[in-house]
Amino acid sequence: MTGTYLGMPAFPAFPAAAREAVRDEALRANLRHATHTIRDKRARAVAELADWDRLRAAGKAVKDHTLRHLDRYLLQLEAAVTAAGGTVHWAADADEANRIVTELVRATGEREVVKVKSMATQEIGLNEALEAAGIAAYETDLAELIVQLGHDRPSHILVPAIHRNRAEIRDIFRAEMAGWGRPAPEPLGDDPRELAEAARLHLREKFLRAKVAVSGANFMVAETGTMVVLESEGNGRMCLTLPETLISVVGIEKVVPTFRDLEIFLQTLPRSSTAERMNPYTTMWTGLGPSRGADGDGPTAFHLVLLDNGRTDTLADETGRQALRCIRCSACLNVCPVYERAGGHAYGSVYPGPIGAILSPQLRGTGSAIDASLPYASTLCGACYEVCPVAIDIPEVLVHLRERIAQGGPVTRAGVRVTLRPADGHTAERAAMRAARLLLDHPGALRAGERLLARARRLAPRRLPGAGRAWTDSRELPTVAAQSFRDWWARERSDPR
Amino acid sequence: MRAALFVTCVTDALYPRTGIAVVRLLERLGVGVDFPAAQSCCGQPQYNTGYRYETEPLMRRTARAFAGHEYVVTPSGSCAAMIREHYPRIGRKAAAEGRGSELAEAAAALAPRVYELTEFLVDVLGVTDVGAYFPHTVTYHPSCHGLRGLGLGDRPRRLLAAVKGLDLVELPGAEECCGFGGTFAVKNPDVSTAMGTDKITAAAGTGAQVLCGADNSCLAHLGGLLRRADSPLRTLHLAEILAATEEEPLT
Repeated sequence: MTGTYLGMPAFPAFPAAAREAVRDEALRANLRHATHTIRDKRARAVAELADWDRLRAAGKAVKDHTLRHLDRYLLQLEAAVTAAGGTVHWAADADEANRIVTELVRATGEREVVKVKSMATQEIGLNEALEAAGIAAYETDLAELIVQLGHDRPSHILVPAIHRNRAEIRDIFRAEMAGWGRPAPEPLGDDPRELAEAARLHLREKFLRAKVAVSGANFMVAETGTMVVLESEGNGRMCLTLPETLISVVGIEKVVPTFRDLEIFLQTLPRSSTAERMNPYTTMWTGLGPSRGADGDGPTAFHLVLLDNGRTDTLADETGRQALRCIRCSACLNVCPVYERAGGHAYGSVYPGPIGAILSPQLRGTGSAIDASLPYASTLCGACYEVCPVAIDIPEVLVHLRERIAQGGPVTRAGVRVTLRPADGHTAERAAMRAARLLLDHPGALRAGERLLARARRLAPRRLPGAGRAWTDSRELPTVAAQSFRDWWARERSDPR
Repeated sequence: MRAALFVTCVTDALYPRTGIAVVRLLERLGVGVDFPAAQSCCGQPQYNTGYRYETEPLMRRTARAFAGHEYVVTPSGSCAAMIREHYPRIGRKAAAEGRGSELAEAAAALAPRVYELTEFLVDVLGVTDVGAYFPHTVTYHPSCHGLRGLGLGDRPRRLLAAVKGLDLVELPGAEECCGFGGTFAVKNPDVSTAMGTDKITAAAGTGAQVLCGADNSCLAHLGGLLRRADSPLRTLHLAEILAATEEEPLT
């Protein structure tokens, strides 16, 4: 059940990966500061809108409706994009998408491309695939640039370099920029303004030279064939308008039926993600448009690669499919107490945090150690559900996926309905759950057990062996009472037995 | 008025004082208390860990044990949320799997009659001053299932604020999870401990003598961390504070 690549190498299970992050005091402090700042700002931005609950319900309804009729809307989208002069390609998985993009770039004769932040291409490992074909891909989103120059992995949906501080970024720029293009100015301090200027100079050279750009899209409008990209820096707009060939790789779940539907998401996405009332740069384009080429504005060739990569399999799951509503705002990451301590890398995917914990095991399957551990990387506290602008009940999906791991069950892989067996490594837990259930389902036995526990309470060890060690390594055990409530009630309130 | 006490398995075995406190409190307020002996665990640990089929017999048992009672009161937000939120879901899934409507009907019959303690006091009995006396500084941690699952809002804090002698101090970051999360506490012990440590640090920083909560499972985790740290701060279930009076103070 492995196969779908999500832009990360083989990764240890979540608890082990998180352990390292928890011990990194500086990382924890960085994450705490960043997530608390943005969550507070988000709360204020959301509170400004009296109709937030209705916007949230509307966004959920539009997404659910679209997903239910995804086949129809994707065909409508294809027709609209084609009519507007674009070319649509369908990619079932990462390999196919990478092959399509590589061939499209090769056909232009170019050896380098500029990229505007795209999670879909991170998900499929496009940069690595292009590199293997001798094509250099340059990230132009500032945070993505930092991650790329640092030979690193993104750790947040919106702020991929959230785990880096200013001094680290300066060191990365000084050491790496020269190898990729224009070197960093000397001297270079760690003032944000200086760092931004260094990135601007480095990137400008790339924008002016590039003939091919690769992008993602936040939304695709079925009725008009319009692509929509939201970003904060303007670097994305440079990518989308300067090069001659534009290739957009977009997950099929990003389609919405009508242009009018955007009014919902252009309100909810910026407020949920960056706590802004309106997004700084919202770029929309429809195929090539009637006047393209005549005024020299915009690309002369547009390709849309529609990416499945596990999405229709996810769609087949009634409970799990709500993950496909996600508009990648990252509000759930910023409010998650587990993400705050574990950091993004522990989730082993380009999609970290609560949404990653339900999306990755669905897109990739639950076969690997990391994917089988992700649904348990949550206390089910519900904070993620509360802030989600499309009302994804993340705790519900987490429990649903835990059931798939613990008990097995039906699942769709590559369009085929199969029945999964329980995941390995749960034998002892399953036995314990069954034993507990048997005990709890027989109050007589339960009462006897409680009495035994009460009698042995003086013998209670301070540290437990086996699975119990995970508790007693850091916490005292609760003291066992001399008599259970059940026994107290029997003695005090009913006939003694 | 009569109410059945759903004491919960954790309280039954480890925190009987909380159950006794609920009985004394309700009786003081003129409510007759029944304790159906056939009750057991609601099945939350099984369900939340992914063992839905292991949950079903416990769900059936719980529904049967409280079949004849108009009000079912429990001193646990998470167990109340389990019954109200997840029992109907389990029932729907069983029906969808072609195993009949028995569980769905059991859930529908039980769920509306289940009240978390503070809901029962404030909404059903209509009291916020329960005549309690507790001359200590207290800070309150609203557990996630009470806060977000049941939407208890300020009910617990209103009840505490009305306690004579009690000085209620705000807990910074109160709405953040303590890191217990059922089996999360043993499956992800490092993150769980980090979350709990932040919580007890915040609680100790308020200068309170008592960290109060309305869910003994969260308090077991926080209390375990406090005792390991040799902290003078102690944890107490809300019911025990509300049950204390000048005549019968908490010892």
